[in-house]
Amino acid sequence: MRALAWFRCLIAKFFHRSEVADDMEAELRSHIQLRADDLERSGLDRAEAERRARIEFGGYERYRQESHEALGGNFIETFLQDMRFSLRTLRKSPGFTLVAVFTLALAIGANAVVFSIMNALILRPLHVPHAESLYAVERGSDQAINHSFPDYVDLRDRNRSFEDLVAYNVNGAALDTGHNPTSAWLMEVTANYFDALGIRPYLGRFFHHSDEHGPNSAPYIVLRYAYWHSRFQNDRSVVGRVVQLNKHPFTILGVAPRDFQGTLLFLAPDFWVPIVNQEQVEGLNVLNERGNRGIIMVMGHLKRGVAPAQAVADLNSIGSYLEKTYPKDDSHMTFSLTTPGLAGDWLGGLMREFLTGLMLLAGLILLAACANLGSLFAARASDRSREIALRLALGSSRRRILRQVFTEAVLISLVGGAVGSAGSVVLLRGLSAWRPFSTVAPNMTVPVDPDARVYLVALVLAVASGLLFGAVPVRQILRTNPYEVVKSGLLRKGGRRITVRDLLLVAQISICAVLVTSSMVAVRGLVRSLRSNFGFEPRNAMLVGASLSTSGYSDESVSAMQKHLIDTVQAVPGVKAVGSVDRPPLYFGANTAIVFTDKTADLRPSNAAAEAMLYNISPGYFDAARTALLAGGYFTWHDDQGAPRVAVVNREFASRVFGSPTSAVGGIFKRADGTRIEVIGVAEDGKYASVTEAPQPAMFLPTMQSPYARGTHMTDSTLVVRIDRDPQQISAAIKSALRELDPGMPVTIQMWDKQLNDSALFASRMATLALGVLGLMGAVLSITGIFGMAAYSVSKRLRELGIRVALGAQRAEVLQAALGRPLRLLALGSAAGLILGLLATRVLAYIVYGATPRDPLVLAGVVLAMALLGLVATWIPAQRALSVDPLILLREE
Amino acid sequence: MAEQAQLLPGTLDLLILKAVSLGPLHGYGVLLRIGQISDSALLIEQGALYPALFRLVRQGLLKASWGTSENNRRAKFYELTAAGRKRLRDETEGWNRLATAIASALAAQPEEI
Repeated sequence: MRALAWFRCLIAKFFHRSEVADDMEAELRSHIQLRADDLERSGLDRAEAERRARIEFGGYERYRQESHEALGGNFIETFLQDMRFSLRTLRKSPGFTLVAVFTLALAIGANAVVFSIMNALILRPLHVPHAESLYAVERGSDQAINHSFPDYVDLRDRNRSFEDLVAYNVNGAALDTGHNPTSAWLMEVTANYFDALGIRPYLGRFFHHSDEHGPNSAPYIVLRYAYWHSRFQNDRSVVGRVVQLNKHPFTILGVAPRDFQGTLLFLAPDFWVPIVNQEQVEGLNVLNERGNRGIIMVMGHLKRGVAPAQAVADLNSIGSYLEKTYPKDDSHMTFSLTTPGLAGDWLGGLMREFLTGLMLLAGLILLAACANLGSLFAARASDRSREIALRLALGSSRRRILRQVFTEAVLISLVGGAVGSAGSVVLLRGLSAWRPFSTVAPNMTVPVDPDARVYLVALVLAVASGLLFGAVPVRQILRTNPYEVVKSGLLRKGGRRITVRDLLLVAQISICAVLVTSSMVAVRGLVRSLRSNFGFEPRNAMLVGASLSTSGYSDESVSAMQKHLIDTVQAVPGVKAVGSVDRPPLYFGANTAIVFTDKTADLRPSNAAAEAMLYNISPGYFDAARTALLAGGYFTWHDDQGAPRVAVVNREFASRVFGSPTSAVGGIFKRADGTRIEVIGVAEDGKYASVTEAPQPAMFLPTMQSPYARGTHMTDSTLVVRIDRDPQQISAAIKSALRELDPGMPVTIQMWDKQLNDSALFASRMATLALGVLGLMGAVLSITGIFGMAAYSVSKRLRELGIRVALGAQRAEVLQAALGRPLRLLALGSAAGLILGLLATRVLAYIVYGATPRDPLVLAGVVLAMALLGLVATWIPAQRALSVDPLILLREE
Repeated sequence: MAEQAQLLPGTLDLLILKAVSLGPLHGYGVLLRIGQISDSALLIEQGALYPALFRLVRQGLLKASWGTSENNRRAKFYELTAAGRKRLRDETEGWNRLATAIASALAAQPEEI
């Protein structure tokens, strides 16, 4: 009943706000009239009676206000009132407002960007039905994502935990629709792929498990919607059409729904084909080789009610069965589950670590911004102490004043948050449309469109930071004594006590110095990694990719064609050396193989002497790549199938398998199939899978002795071409020469150093870019912080400075008086930040190659940068302090 | 006028409920009635009455309606609701208990201990 009355009251107030207010005023006035009537009856004249009645009533405004509050439901009204007042006061100090909004926009924008990247790549699941129960299967303690096909089949058929398991793999191929063959990205998938994921076709039909009947039995293609749109112009009659895939006929079955982009976040395939047709797509079939772990990835939906831990136990028991049954091929068969989308933890783990680190730094930025705004607000509150005192004296409650201060703070942070989010949306749109690997993989994208979650986080951050920095001046306001302030003007706090503002400034500057330090370390690391020795010379070299298998060359003709290719390119003017390699080093990972010492008889994986990077090269490769030979010699074109098996190994291989580089030459090692190979040369170490790796063993085998040129991503073999002239010209010449050789063969040419920038150094470059931007933000924030402090301290002490000047102080003394304190705080904060930053940048070393915090150049750079920032930030306040005219100042008082 | 006592906090609501329980009243009338029934012994600032009245309305203890006063002015009249009547009964009992207790405590003589 009472609640009902209260509610009615509230509703009435809310909807008939002015009515209620009028009603109340009428009642109060009627009271005064009634009283005046009584007083008039007692003999006073009307005017005097009304005056007396008003006096007796007491503080009319106060009671009106209190009555209003007593009616309840004031929240919105008070809020609007505070809002209006805040807007008015903020409009009166546009400089302050602008700086505050800008600072927050920067900080919240940075957080929104980092969070939406994290959201898109890590938090958001793949766009498939019931994505929450979809898991990728990883193998071994190093969480490998690649499985061999027979292992997959065993896992699929023997497990009791998954609804179904699918295997998939990404590859390049040439698609010919009758005009000209173009290279495309495809996903080779098991035929149960779409059914297991629960995807329904947009057009036509998908292939199913029942379509698989052994090798090359399912020549079907399912198109991705966007590819159907761009390549086939939404032609609905495409279903049933036969196209040439690597010169094999394939039938287009259907089109996938618009929002299905495959099961890798960063790479949307152009179409899907059944993996049983691997031979036609890749030129060879390894689906029966249990020991051959390509990059077949496995994933599936867990059955309802099965916990991931149960599924892992289930998989592990299958794993131990496989180890027992196939000791030659399977070892370390333990499994774990992870989220699919980023190729498991191969990319996901690194990404998670990096983004978490980045999120932390972005959080620091926001914290620094809050410290900055907190000190600005504190300064503002002390400037406004007179106004606050006056309001207190006029009967305003402290609560009401605090509420208004918080409203102001949250208002600023909301505007800042909105501006920041808008900026981040623009940035993210750009990022999503960006094709970072346009030369090698045009389908690779960074899908980071912001969604509702991102906006929610931005909103929460904005409100939270508003409350955080709004809380800084609370104590100051609570302690304001209206009588003292109104009596004596501004409150003068005695002495040089350390204030909250000083602490905030030091905190802010040290945070900024951390950011500046990290970004410098990252930049230095990048520069170093660009100059480091990769074991080959990427400058003045080209990578020429000629797709042999996609042009219909089979095993035997590949070798002959390769020799032909090399000779053709060698003949182009300006080309100094040419060599082929099946997959260039640092080209999206590397192929590896286990090797054994010659004495090892039991060739099971656990007995291996090393797992070495494996390169199949032509004799000219070392020359073309400029890889130095330390001992022994190269092989020649005569080291072919008929000759004894030979290899060149690198220094690390030599020391691990043979003990030392020199003793390796002439030594014998064995491969897993028992082949004995003689080492004829030792080459220098290089970087193979990533620029940050420790020295890895590597072996270089003559391509003529390899049983097959195993397909890599887009090309079966890449020619490394050393040139000494204008690349443009040479590349045109090479293209036309190769077209003469085979007009149907797709050819790609790129500069090696450019290709490295796009692939192996990409992570470092992105990390450096991100850290650089954050460092820049840190720098900007420290400028605003010091500037605010210095400007405030100068303006507060203008009169004192005037007196000093009048008494004959020199410029240096004036500056010392005006800016000594902010500069001392700057030095303190920078030192603290530098130390913290150096500790923190150890983490960076994982991502940025060669990032070491103990670098005199970095140290000097940070100190110099902070000093410069201090100089920039105090320049204007210093000018103002120096231009003090004592006459004007003293006259004004 | 006799010497006036300051109102104890919280007692204004009780006095208003009591005054209104004797018949519907407008705000000024409440004031007069309190003066009348307390022999003008209590000091109430006139304006302070209204926040209290509105509070009681919000709590559903009073209901209000506009009407015409005895000297033909528009005024808002208050009367008790059922909840208000119950509240008045409870509070009166509570107050009496408290007053008795305090009175007997203050009346204590040394020999009674």
